[in-house]
Amino acid sequence: MEHTNQAGMSKESFEKLLEEVHKIGEEIMRPNARDVDANARFPQESIDAIKKLKLMGAYIPTELGGLGLNITQLARVCEALGQYCGSTAMIFAMHQIQVACAVNHGLSNEHFKNYLKKVASDSRLLASATTEMGIGGDLRQSICAVEQNGDSFTLTKNAPVISYGKQADDLFITSRRTPDSPANDQVHVVVSKEDYELEPSMAWDTMGFRGTCSEGFLVKSKGHIKQIIPAPFADILSQSMHPTSHILWGSLWLGIATDSVNMARAFVRDMMKKNPNAPQTAALRLAEVHSVLQLMRENVHGCAEHYQQLLSENNAEALDTFSFSVKINNLKISSSSLIIDIVSKSLLICGIAGYRNDTKYSLSRHLRDAYGASLMVNNDRIMNHNATLLHMHRGD
Amino acid sequence: MTVQKVREILEKNGRLSTPVTDLADDSDLYNAGLTSLATVGLMLALEDEFNIEIPDSMLGRKTFSSIQSIVDVVEQLTQKA
Ligand SMILES: Cc1cc2nc3c(=O)[nH]c(=O)nc-3n(C[C@H](O)[C@H](O)[C@H](O)COP(=O)(O)OP(=O)(O)OC[C@H]3O[C@@H](n4cnc5c(N)ncnc54)[C@H](O)[C@@H]3O)c2cc1C
Repeated sequence: MEHTNQAGMSKESFEKLLEEVHKIGEEIMRPNARDVDANARFPQESIDAIKKLKLMGAYIPTELGGLGLNITQLARVCEALGQYCGSTAMIFAMHQIQVACAVNHGLSNEHFKNYLKKVASDSRLLASATTEMGIGGDLRQSICAVEQNGDSFTLTKNAPVISYGKQADDLFITSRRTPDSPANDQVHVVVSKEDYELEPSMAWDTMGFRGTCSEGFLVKSKGHIKQIIPAPFADILSQSMHPTSHILWGSLWLGIATDSVNMARAFVRDMMKKNPNAPQTAALRLAEVHSVLQLMRENVHGCAEHYQQLLSENNAEALDTFSFSVKINNLKISSSSLIIDIVSKSLLICGIAGYRNDTKYSLSRHLRDAYGASLMVNNDRIMNHNATLLHMHRGD
Repeated sequence: MTVQKVREILEKNGRLSTPVTDLADDSDLYNAGLTSLATVGLMLALEDEFNIEIPDSMLGRKTFSSIQSIVDVVEQLTQKA
């Protein structure tokens, strides 16, 4: 770990930035969200708007040309984006997770410093290939291996799910260190578009997060060994990828949940306007779902603040403890379950207007997106980890 | 002394794919096949044998990453006692 600068953007500038984010949300993301979803197409106009705000480099330190947000600010941006288009927010979050890996573990290295400068100045889009055919969602095992030849290497990975693989400029690939390494001796390799070929293997016609275009590919890449992040992937995962993923995913799911409750609130208000003497049933349901939303929000915000605290102390030991992993796993399990609960409760309030695809209260996309949350790193896999780790936990 | 005992405990509880005798004190135990479930057994055996309680702040991946790092933790805790 080298990056400890969690001071972040000044409060005032950040509030302004967040206003801009909500503005593109209202003007560009929301109007396109239904089409993105219906046609499972990449939300190009929304990503372009995000790029205009220089947000691709949001988590890159200012001295490298980024905006220098800290992790809680980055999480707030994901939360805001989630209120307008789940797919766009997911693309943004996944990009930032890769950025965080490079920022936290590459900054002592000239190559990665320059690389991050380029990401900020050119608004490069970073994608991730961790999932592998034959392994599934276990991040800590790889079949593919880096094959080194002098200073260069080749790496071929059969990746069944790479979000926006076609649109990305760079790919972060997990792999075994050498062809002789055990499955868990992994490195994190960064290859650029000109370094790889993608052979499509699987389409992305899914229930939700349709705009992430998470198609499957056989990735054939080559590069210079300096493109391998120096830290072992085990460290990158526990200190950066694992906490950042679940905090940023949790944040955008929170955004989706928030939007659904906002719609339920608007629906109840409309109802009251039409018939002030209507029974209070829907309002009661709104009160109920609102309290669940608060629970989810406080949990997501609290975990982000805790992580920020540990990062600012540069506390690698604390980040590596089982108790911190358990906490982050709990965040994932609860937020991915609560999003379904909250959207379902909102649907009950909006009734048939929420069930329809063509009303302003439609919750179809929200609900379909919500079900993806528990599958991206399967909740049962995470629960299994916690079942083991809790044997080594002294208590809270 | 501690090293020898740690090696014995590891042999019995580590369920490694590599025999402990083939491992150097600084070899990576995860690469030698140590799983998180086996880590639980290892931790319980260490606590029993040395009559220690490893605190949450030391219960992490790094502690169990090599024979040496286990020895360091055990020695730190037995000295305290
Ligand atoms: C919207 C979205 C975008 C994604 N984007 C990307 C991306 O950009 N890059 C990427 O690499 N991946 C991506 N993924 C993949 C995702 O993160 C998961 O890792 C992957 O979907 C898991 O696949 P699976 O369900 O087949 O596998 P598994 O996780 O293997 O789950 C399959 C089944 O196995 C069970 N199981 C639980 N524990 C175990 C165990 N220990 N051993 C065996 N089976 C177990 C599970 O309970 C489940 O029933 C994305 C997923 C989604 C939904």
